[in-house]
Amino acid sequence: MGKQNLLEIKDLVVEYQTDDAIIHAVNGVDLVVKEGETLGLVGETGAGKTTIARTILRILPKPQGIVRQGGIFFEGAELLSLHEKAMRKLRGNKIAMVFQDPMTALNPIERVGDQIAEAILLHNNMTKGEAIKRAQEMLEMVGIPGMRYVEYPHQFSGGMKQRVVIAMALACNPKLLLADEPTTALDVTIQAQVLRLINDLKEKVKASVLLITHDLGVVANTCQSVAVIYAGEIVEYGTAEQVFLNPSHPYTQGLFDSIPKLNSTEPRLKPIPGLMPDPTNLPVGCKFAERCRYAIEECKQQIPPNVELEPGHQVKCLLAGSRGEK
Amino acid sequence: MSTLLETKNLKVYFKTGRGMLHAVDDVSFKLEEGKILGLVGESGCGKSTLGRAVLHLLEPTAGQIFYDGKDITYPTRSELRKLRREMQIIFQDPYSSLNPRMSVSATISEPLKLHGGLDKKEIEERTKALMETVGLAERFWGAYPHELDGGRRQRIGIARALALNPRFIVCDEPVSALDVSIQAQILNLLLDLREQRNLTYMFITHDLSVVKYISDEIMVMYLGQVVEKTISDELFSNTLHPYSKALLSAIPIPDIRFKSQLIPIEGEITSPIEPEPGCRFMVRCPYATEACTQPQVLEEIRPNHFVSCCRCREINHL
Repeated sequence: MGKQNLLEIKDLVVEYQTDDAIIHAVNGVDLVVKEGETLGLVGETGAGKTTIARTILRILPKPQGIVRQGGIFFEGAELLSLHEKAMRKLRGNKIAMVFQDPMTALNPIERVGDQIAEAILLHNNMTKGEAIKRAQEMLEMVGIPGMRYVEYPHQFSGGMKQRVVIAMALACNPKLLLADEPTTALDVTIQAQVLRLINDLKEKVKASVLLITHDLGVVANTCQSVAVIYAGEIVEYGTAEQVFLNPSHPYTQGLFDSIPKLNSTEPRLKPIPGLMPDPTNLPVGCKFAERCRYAIEECKQQIPPNVELEPGHQVKCLLAGSRGEK
Repeated sequence: MSTLLETKNLKVYFKTGRGMLHAVDDVSFKLEEGKILGLVGESGCGKSTLGRAVLHLLEPTAGQIFYDGKDITYPTRSELRKLRREMQIIFQDPYSSLNPRMSVSATISEPLKLHGGLDKKEIEERTKALMETVGLAERFWGAYPHELDGGRRQRIGIARALALNPRFIVCDEPVSALDVSIQAQILNLLLDLREQRNLTYMFITHDLSVVKYISDEIMVMYLGQVVEKTISDELFSNTLHPYSKALLSAIPIPDIRFKSQLIPIEGEITSPIEPEPGCRFMVRCPYATEACTQPQVLEEIRPNHFVSCCRCREINHL
């Protein structure tokens, strides 16, 4: 341990209000990102991953997105109650975000360099000339020649655009980088380049990263800690060793069984049956019970406790520990 | 076993403002009936174009396509209509490939009505049977695509493709838009269907772990050309082409004990417009020499293992 907590999320509950229903997107999430570490937040579509990232930055869609309870602590301040003006100072400065789709994250009619310089000017006491110089340095840092400052997004390939977005996010030396599926839209060889880049830059600027992904392979290659999220709840949480070597929640195990593996041959995949529950109408007890091969009657009635299997390795399952290994 | 599909020196070029774009350039392969041929490569390598060309959704520029022993490169209208029953496609995106204004049953039964000769009752029965085959509950009979999740939508696409009892299906990234737990369900369904109906698939994907799981044979494509072609296991245990090596090493393995030996390739795919005659991977290849500026041929390096690289033997110490 020893490392300080940079970001702490406590008992976060977020809902979206629609005309005819309430969508329970995040249901009591606790998370910690330590200084200098990468935390992988793993889950499928609709699990609430992006909602958590947006809540940290307070960029939930308004007025539908509502934080019902909980707190987010960053460097001693509670972000949810922070004045909007103070929040604006943090955004893009101390906390930056890389979005999934680089094709839509950039302004198509502004030169890429200017887009980076804009962020720098906003948060630093610099002249325009200095900001331009810094933007060029940032481009060089992510492997794009500084002379391409004057080009427009359409002149870049997908991988290059994502580099530009990363350069922009890191331009103000953030303490925390929220990376929301940063490589999902990219080809594997480009993905490898971008992940390496994020890892290297993290070391260089001493930032922490919250990496949101659905790809366990990406997590294995980049994260020190892992949180598995299902239907708005963290179902398993621990160090990368704990979660990968001893996956203990049935959902985590199901995820591992669902992916075809390259370094072993299995005759057949074992998919998780069924679908994620409807977020407007969540089950009372364990939200995974319906799809779980171990579920007993109590699982459907009781809210499962957080069981600590060993220090730092938590599993939200009634049968954790008693189910026997695998 | 007999060859169901074969191409000889197939080329598909597109005219652009800056010259000819070589989307598929001189591709030859044979696909046996009942087998699954995986087609992998990164965006822009021509894998989808190849899939569409063999289905005549795109017209080939040169070369030949044979189906069931017959030359179908330039089919007549009635031949094409017959081929459409036998050859089907499952698309990548179940969100945009379905008509939002058609219900599940209407979507699945449409091919039966068009190609048919069946009466209303028979169509209804067949549609029900198809829904059962792909695992769609009957309560979705009148549902519309927007009411369903991605996995179920993809099942509609599969049921529709199966409606006319095809022998050959092009699966163009059928699971890329799906979550992993659903992806496994669909992959297993496709494998079961092949078993039951002796189907032949051309399976297009950029996901190498998926292609390894499902394919009997794999072709790796780069900028319109096949760079390596062999049996699935052989490709992964004995990767020979420098591009395939880099591609395979770039896949993140979901196992923290596995230390990846990334073979970095710098830069990105070059332009497919009026490419130089030599090896197309040359500019990114760590082994490139003068010899690579000459046109490359696909050569059988090991039994049933074809590689298009003049330095292949040297690099792999064969």
